Amino acid sequence: MKMLCCPLNGPRNVAEFAFGGEVREMPDPQTCSDREWAEYVFYPPNHAGVIAEWWLHVPSGYWFIAERNRSTDEVIRTYDPSEIYTTRVDFAAQEESKA
Amino acid sequence: MPFSLLKYGLRKDYPFEEDADIPSAHKLRDSYDVVIIGGGGHGVATAYYLAKYHGITNVAILEKGYLGGGNTARNTAVIRSNYLTPEGVRFYGASVELFQGLSNEFDFNIMYSRRGQLTLAHTESAVSAFRQRAEINTHYGGKSALIGPDEIRKLVPCLNMNPAHMPVLAGLWHIDGATARHDAVAWGFAKGATQRGVELHQLTEVTGVDVENGKVTGVQTNRGKVRCGCVVQAVAGHSALMAEKAGFRLPITVYPLQAMVTQPVKPFIDPLVSSPALHCYVQQTGRGEIVLGSGSDPYPLYNTRSTLPLKESLLSNAVALFPFMSQLRMLRQWAGITDITSDYSPIMGLSPVQGYYLDAGWGTWGFKSTPICGKTMAELVAGGGTVPDLIKPFSLERFERFAQINEMGATAASH
Repeated sequence: MKMLCCPLNGPRNVAEFAFGGEVREMPDPQTCSDREWAEYVFYPPNHAGVIAEWWLHVPSGYWFIAERNRSTDEVIRTYDPSEIYTTRVDFAAQEESKA
Repeated sequence: MPFSLLKYGLRKDYPFEEDADIPSAHKLRDSYDVVIIGGGGHGVATAYYLAKYHGITNVAILEKGYLGGGNTARNTAVIRSNYLTPEGVRFYGASVELFQGLSNEFDFNIMYSRRGQLTLAHTESAVSAFRQRAEINTHYGGKSALIGPDEIRKLVPCLNMNPAHMPVLAGLWHIDGATARHDAVAWGFAKGATQRGVELHQLTEVTGVDVENGKVTGVQTNRGKVRCGCVVQAVAGHSALMAEKAGFRLPITVYPLQAMVTQPVKPFIDPLVSSPALHCYVQQTGRGEIVLGSGSDPYPLYNTRSTLPLKESLLSNAVALFPFMSQLRMLRQWAGITDITSDYSPIMGLSPVQGYYLDAGWGTWGFKSTPICGKTMAELVAGGGTVPDLIKPFSLERFERFAQINEMGATAASH
């Protein structure tokens, strides 16, 4: 059984988790070019090394970040997103819907 | 006869060399017109069509392992064209047509066997999606129809019509569905290509791509530098890594795909049966083994390891579909690395580097397109970069234009 260490719930069976894509910075959809947006949407990091990924512990609904080696399947580190995201992320789309 | 046998036995050189179906090239020259990276089905097919239809034989196929030893040997050998988009149906349809004539063309049996493919619908939404696929297929000359439970029972009498409490409501019956021996397809193309003068260099790994002023000038290998004016990349699961060597990125995420095969039993199941809802597809080979394939792994990985949870779910679903299969023993299990694009269509044609052509993004649907890929990639090379109409929709720049060809429904878990 492959284990993944959830920062909130401790080591659990990997079957309890769902992969949620790579951690990357979203460009501002209002100001970025089509090319930049396409790059963000379609070109995730995909090298055969360590990549920071979003993972969800499904039973508790808790999202966290795991640094995982994509050629050996070793998880280097798991941590709470608050380590990276220190400020609130606001989406411009909300303002637009008001207007 | 005994005299010639004696002569054969006393020769110093490898006695079969000159009679070999696939003559091996010994010396890697320092320059070729065309270098093909990857000696799998797609690579050797491209070389074959270049040599046969375009007279271009100053070609080297560079393969880091051995001929057809990568995903060509790891797929589950399903041939079909019942896709969802007009672009997909036309492309895969052309491939099915080519497959039908390959044994004759090669003078080498690829064990092509037209069985029909049956995809099962367990929900109302699947039924309506299949109806749409059948209509689009028929419109573009394909042979697909929606059939009911009675006809399904006649086609596959041993099928459990209520597997895992998900009753079979209808099926997409694709008469052109077929299978072939996947190794033989690569061998047949390699035979035709090398006998026309193409050089196949195995155990030759491309370690770098030389680009000058935005144009490809050669490749570096573990056996030295090779100059060339044109490169075709056909490396399946390693497409994104190879493209990085040429200095650009591909919109690909890599997932393992696992499969397994049982001991041989006498023929009992004629069509290829697949159930997208149960992530399971089943077919019996000409040798009697039952090949089982599943959906992709749940997260990306560049590794061909197998996992128990996926094997368990695949087997439990296979046994739900065909209960008596619980009596069978497994012979082999394996995984392949698949390069999945976000729209489940390939990436073919031009790249940001001039003279460097892409045959990538083949995810879990590469084997069935082998001949048409070779044919269109050869046209692209021979035409000096004029993209054939058939593969225009699959260009890399479609992602920037947001013009994807969505084949997810027709591809995922229904090979």
